[in-house]
Amino acid sequence: MYSEKVMDHFMNPRNVGEIENADGIGEVGNAKCGDIMKMYLKIENDVIVDVKFKTFGCGSAIATSSIATEMIKGKTIQEALKLTNQAVVEALDGLPPQKIHCSVLAEQAVKSALLDYAKKHHITLDELNDFHPDEDHHEHGEEYEEA
Amino acid sequence: MNKRIYLDYSATTPMKQEVLEEMLPYFTERFGNPSSIHSFGREAKQAIDQARSRLAKAIGAKQDEIYFTGGGSEADNWAIKGVAYANRDKGNHIITTKIEHHAVLHTCEYLEKDGFEVTYLDVDEYGMISLEQLRNAITDRTILITLMFANNEIGTIQPIGEIGAIAREKGIYFHTDAVQALGNVKIDVNALNIDLMSMSAHKIYGPKGVGGLYIRKGVKIHSLIHGGAQERRRRAGTENLPGIVGFGKAAELAIENLDGHIRHVKDLRDRLIKGIMDKVDYVRFNGHPENRLPGNAHFAFEFIEGESLLLSLDMLGIAGSSGSACTSGSLDPSHVLMAIGLPHEIAHGSLRLTIGDFTTAEEIDYVINELPKIVDRLRQMSPLYEKVKGGQK
Repeated sequence: MYSEKVMDHFMNPRNVGEIENADGIGEVGNAKCGDIMKMYLKIENDVIVDVKFKTFGCGSAIATSSIATEMIKGKTIQEALKLTNQAVVEALDGLPPQKIHCSVLAEQAVKSALLDYAKKHHITLDELNDFHPDEDHHEHGEEYEEA
Repeated sequence: MNKRIYLDYSATTPMKQEVLEEMLPYFTERFGNPSSIHSFGREAKQAIDQARSRLAKAIGAKQDEIYFTGGGSEADNWAIKGVAYANRDKGNHIITTKIEHHAVLHTCEYLEKDGFEVTYLDVDEYGMISLEQLRNAITDRTILITLMFANNEIGTIQPIGEIGAIAREKGIYFHTDAVQALGNVKIDVNALNIDLMSMSAHKIYGPKGVGGLYIRKGVKIHSLIHGGAQERRRRAGTENLPGIVGFGKAAELAIENLDGHIRHVKDLRDRLIKGIMDKVDYVRFNGHPENRLPGNAHFAFEFIEGESLLLSLDMLGIAGSSGSACTSGSLDPSHVLMAIGLPHEIAHGSLRLTIGDFTTAEEIDYVINELPKIVDRLRQMSPLYEKVKGGQK
């Protein structure tokens, strides 16, 4: 069901934890739907020098959070803003259709954290003008029943 | 992964060696069509008769009240649709519960689209129905009560005898899905006033693809599958000969060993529950404390999600199952966990471990040792746990 990449990031997630006095914190998802991602950023001179995450969710939710942190660490804000859920899926060698929403959540977690940073530092990030992380991210695949 | 530990016996069981051996000749030298008049056909017919008699004995029925089907879901479909359409002149009301297997729930929903009315009874926090609510739901249009014997997720066993007595008193047919109960609970269809009962072979160490429906003599029921004269003209199609032979043998073994089986799985189940409850905080035990399947343990671990729990267990070779949304492919956690009133966020962390005849104490101890570590690892990653523990643990 999952690629080796997904299982690797699930079993050995990178950058788990919190950052004290983080410059930006983003939290998306909700417990009712079964996934919450929280992302912490440390930003110096427009560069993401450190990033940590905590996730409540399924295997792919943890794996997408983990790889997203890897993909933005050391990058500039502008570069991190370009992170898409498709890029996250590709980096993980694919996700099952019903798990694509996890990659959307990972992208939104990064953007939420950047938005938080922008607000705290009174910066405007034009790329986030149309960003509404609270919108329903759930696009699960077709339902099937258990035995 | 060196060793694998199977704790998903409610999903399916491995076949027993004795069952396999009994089946094997019916794939090759005794391959005849039971409907044929020649010696090949006659020996096949004899084998089916023997299987039917073994199954009848296992549940206290008469031989001609047992009908073989392609599995438990077919038996549920047949019982409900067959009774509904055959008794439509008497009424159009069916009573069931909110925690039935989908083979029952979706069949009832199908009938609702065709003009039938269905009452879905609530259950309490342990998954038990209320007999009073059942009595109150009955109208003069009620033709069928279909209510599961034991729940496949949380293991709760319903008061089947009392329900059967109410149905009999009111002259309403009583069907029960006993797929999980057969081989785990003593069943006597007469003592319990059961009119129709669904069964499955692969849950009792028999083969997949074969099940049965008990139909009390005199019950008015339509056929689901029309064609040849097999199964007293009620279920057409050349019989799954090796499967039926295997089902008969599995039923015989299950009844012979019932007390020993219950003792074995219950001891291990209680050891597992105690081990986990002692070692893990913020865990809920689901289902009824006493009236439950002997091999069923069902937990809900707070702050973590069931699929990641299953994946982590699987990495260690431990096989379980979960009612979390992420494993069912739908947005909501299982309808059973919703019906017992578990909040969504707790239901997401559910884990079902079901124990069987081949489970050993060493395996259970291994799980008791490893599972708390997995729960802790996932909680350390969880933003929900951080809130409770202030990020300190």
